[in-house]
Amino acid sequence: MNEVIVQQVYKTYQHQEIKAVSDVSFSVKKGELFGLIGPDGAGKTSLIRMLTTLLLPDAGSATVHGFDMVKDFREIRKRVGYMPGKFSLYADLTVEENLSFFATVFNTSIDANYDLIRDIYVQIEPFKNRRAGKLSGGMKQKLALCCALIHRPEVLFLDEPTTGVDTVSRKEFWDMLKRLKQQGITILVSTPYMDEASLCERIALLQAGKIMSIDTPENIVQQYPGKLYAIKSASMSNLLQELRNYAPINSCYAFGEYHHISFEKETSNMQNELIRYLQSKHQHALELKPVQPTIEDCFIKLMNATV
Amino acid sequence: MKNIVIKTDKLTKRFGDFIATNEISFEVYDGEIFGFLGANGAGKTTAMKMLCGLSTPSSGSATIAGFDVYKQTEQIKKNIGYMSQKFSLYEDLNVIENIEFYGGIYGLTRKQLAHKTGELITQLGLQTEAKKLVGSLPLGWKQKLAFSVAVLHEPKIVFLDEPTGGVDPITRRQFWDLIYAAADRGITIFVTTHYMDEAEYCNRISMMVDGVMKALDTPAQLKQQFNAGSMDEVFFELARGAKRKAD
Amino acid sequence: MKQFTSFVRKEFYHVFRDPKSLLILFGMPITLIVLFGFALTNEIKNARIVVCDYARDAASQQIISRLSVSNNFSIHQSIMSHEELESSFKSGNIQLAIVIPAHFNDDLLHLKHAQLQIIADASDPNTATTLTSYAQSVINSYQQELRSYHKSGLQIIPEIRMLYNPELKGATNFVPGVMALVLLLVCVLMTSVSIVREKELGTMELLLVSPFNPMMVIVAKAVPYFVLSLLNLALIVLLSVGLLGMPFQGSVLLLFAVSSLFIITALSLGLLISNSTSSQQTAMLISLMGMLIPTMMFTGFLFPLENMPVALQVIANAVPSKWYYSIVKSIMIKGLGFSAIWKETLILLGMTIFLLTISFKKFKTRLA
Repeated sequence: MNEVIVQQVYKTYQHQEIKAVSDVSFSVKKGELFGLIGPDGAGKTSLIRMLTTLLLPDAGSATVHGFDMVKDFREIRKRVGYMPGKFSLYADLTVEENLSFFATVFNTSIDANYDLIRDIYVQIEPFKNRRAGKLSGGMKQKLALCCALIHRPEVLFLDEPTTGVDTVSRKEFWDMLKRLKQQGITILVSTPYMDEASLCERIALLQAGKIMSIDTPENIVQQYPGKLYAIKSASMSNLLQELRNYAPINSCYAFGEYHHISFEKETSNMQNELIRYLQSKHQHALELKPVQPTIEDCFIKLMNATV
Repeated sequence: MKNIVIKTDKLTKRFGDFIATNEISFEVYDGEIFGFLGANGAGKTTAMKMLCGLSTPSSGSATIAGFDVYKQTEQIKKNIGYMSQKFSLYEDLNVIENIEFYGGIYGLTRKQLAHKTGELITQLGLQTEAKKLVGSLPLGWKQKLAFSVAVLHEPKIVFLDEPTGGVDPITRRQFWDLIYAAADRGITIFVTTHYMDEAEYCNRISMMVDGVMKALDTPAQLKQQFNAGSMDEVFFELARGAKRKAD
Repeated sequence: MKQFTSFVRKEFYHVFRDPKSLLILFGMPITLIVLFGFALTNEIKNARIVVCDYARDAASQQIISRLSVSNNFSIHQSIMSHEELESSFKSGNIQLAIVIPAHFNDDLLHLKHAQLQIIADASDPNTATTLTSYAQSVINSYQQELRSYHKSGLQIIPEIRMLYNPELKGATNFVPGVMALVLLLVCVLMTSVSIVREKELGTMELLLVSPFNPMMVIVAKAVPYFVLSLLNLALIVLLSVGLLGMPFQGSVLLLFAVSSLFIITALSLGLLISNSTSSQQTAMLISLMGMLIPTMMFTGFLFPLENMPVALQVIANAVPSKWYYSIVKSIMIKGLGFSAIWKETLILLGMTIFLLTISFKKFKTRLA
């Protein structure tokens, strides 16, 4: 049963000068945690805004919970929860006032669906009389999530909920999402952080308005062409230069502690040859090992393929 | 014997009862890439503002590029570069106009400016975009251009506040190529980021938790100290006990 | 120094690339000079003066012909009863009336003194004083001529009546104008900014993606300003009557009823503006510049409308505050009832319905 079905949707801005979304199609199953992964400008916000009926597509169609995105927008608006990219609650109302306001806007009350938001709300309840504008970033997030859930939506749309937030708070947020999923809510979340992709059930990798790949994170990683290796040495920035100048290597990217590289042609001797070459260039404390690709590796590979 | 370009001693910033930055003491060496990490609200931005001469400390001392943070803020500003995610360039000016503006502000001569402008545009591959308004450029190019402009006057130190937020993975690495190149030229880099893999690119890292500097060492040493496999884990260990999760 | 020039150059770029700044910098001065130069003048032109000549003798004819000399005044001769005169003043058809009683000439020659009446509509005290002075100066010079001719000290005694505002309080002129201005500006400015603020902050997004009818948002925003404007109005009326001695002849209920209509007109204007802009700054700019100048110029309390070229008088008809101003004056100063103001009220009603219809049609149920 598909909660969200997107078919060949296009969106442009400024008289077709900016192609924000080009020929995007995908679907989200009921109760799925689906991730739209991509950097700024990939089209994530435009897509989410179209699905929440805030924007009209230039072409293509979509349905949310069976309702047409264009014609039945009123029905969709009753049944979805939305957390926009920017904090969009009333800064001069308190936590409690914001929550009860949105409850009434959705013809419900805080008590009606309290069980859904309890786990999240207890974390901000001590501050319920504080004005929303004076909350910390993490608390604002939690409040916005509560307001989006207050009416028990069928589908939850979250536009970059963890952007600009540190890794610990991000982890906490995703834990909250996992618990929500267990309550049967379909969740569509967008994020520029590649490491969050593996926390989703299925993901769509977006770049410059186009989908590069849709699948489970595991499948995408499996589809990585060829083998990937991690290499490090005592001087990483020099190592990077050397690797780029070394012909048998066809891709080389920094990945934190290691550089990830792949060879043009797999030969039995290529690893040893590489080590010897690097040693001749005065690189020492070398470590080379095969490594499982991450979503980010796949993303980069796909980006280069489309160029 | 490495030169010290930033030195702080019990640097503190108080807002009423609230101590945003609590007696931080550390040193940054010439040509280093120094990662300044911490959760939102841990006191990073407040500390950076003091180091840039934009905010007066409540107590403690600091010298930036040899200049005192209380009495010589104007000299500090002349000798540093700054780039943040929120603001970098003027969107309604084109690429060349932006470069010329900042060059002029930092006192580059006309000849220097002409030379630098050409160099920069070639380096970034912006030849066809040179006369376009910056607002129309994709984010990745904006960020790279902003960084280049921040180091146009070859400052002693450049402060980067989450410079790679939201940018695609390839551009992010190109950005770090620019950072490495600047470090090679002798510019000290002081950078904050939420990407833990970027923490690995730094020579040394510090972590702010609840306004206090809880760790200061190389990435390798920190991982050993906390028995962690990645910087992610180190961060998690240090930050999860934090009381202040603020922004 | 080089830094300074660098900065100055950048500021020029910003100014020339922002259409709004250019509009203010060049559009405004040109508009103001043209308007003030051609349209606005405090001189009295085409004042309507009626002369009731009961005497129809040599002296009265002389006076009438002297009054007719100036092109600024249009003299109309007509015998009107007391009631007819009153209703002409009430409807604003005449601004000055001169009543010359029967046997005027005889009285002058034989009794050596004669009276005539000068009645002025002092709801606009400035115009009243000007017209009265003009009439008096004409009469005085005629008196001088007669004296030198007859070599005797005869006197023409004008009995001057200032209708509606015997003490010539300036308040009667500007208070209704201030009422119109304040209500219009507050309602338009506040409503438009308030709605646009939701758009700017992003809260409008959340409201749109909900079952709540966004048009209710608009109505909800208008309600506090409606109530507060009525309070504001009460305050202004109390102050002007209590402190400034402004007359209040008519029905308070009628005044507040019509004011409520005007407030709704202003609110609909604010609504229309908010539909077309997405930044609070622009909303404020349009509200202030777009509303302030036309209101100040075309309401009629600073510059008499009768003195403007016909083209501008036509434009003034499109300004709601013009109609409200005349209604307020009729009620407060002349003490008139609904029968006198139904035409203006209907026009205001029509404007309101028109504005509301367009605003609701243009209201965006989506972001773009």
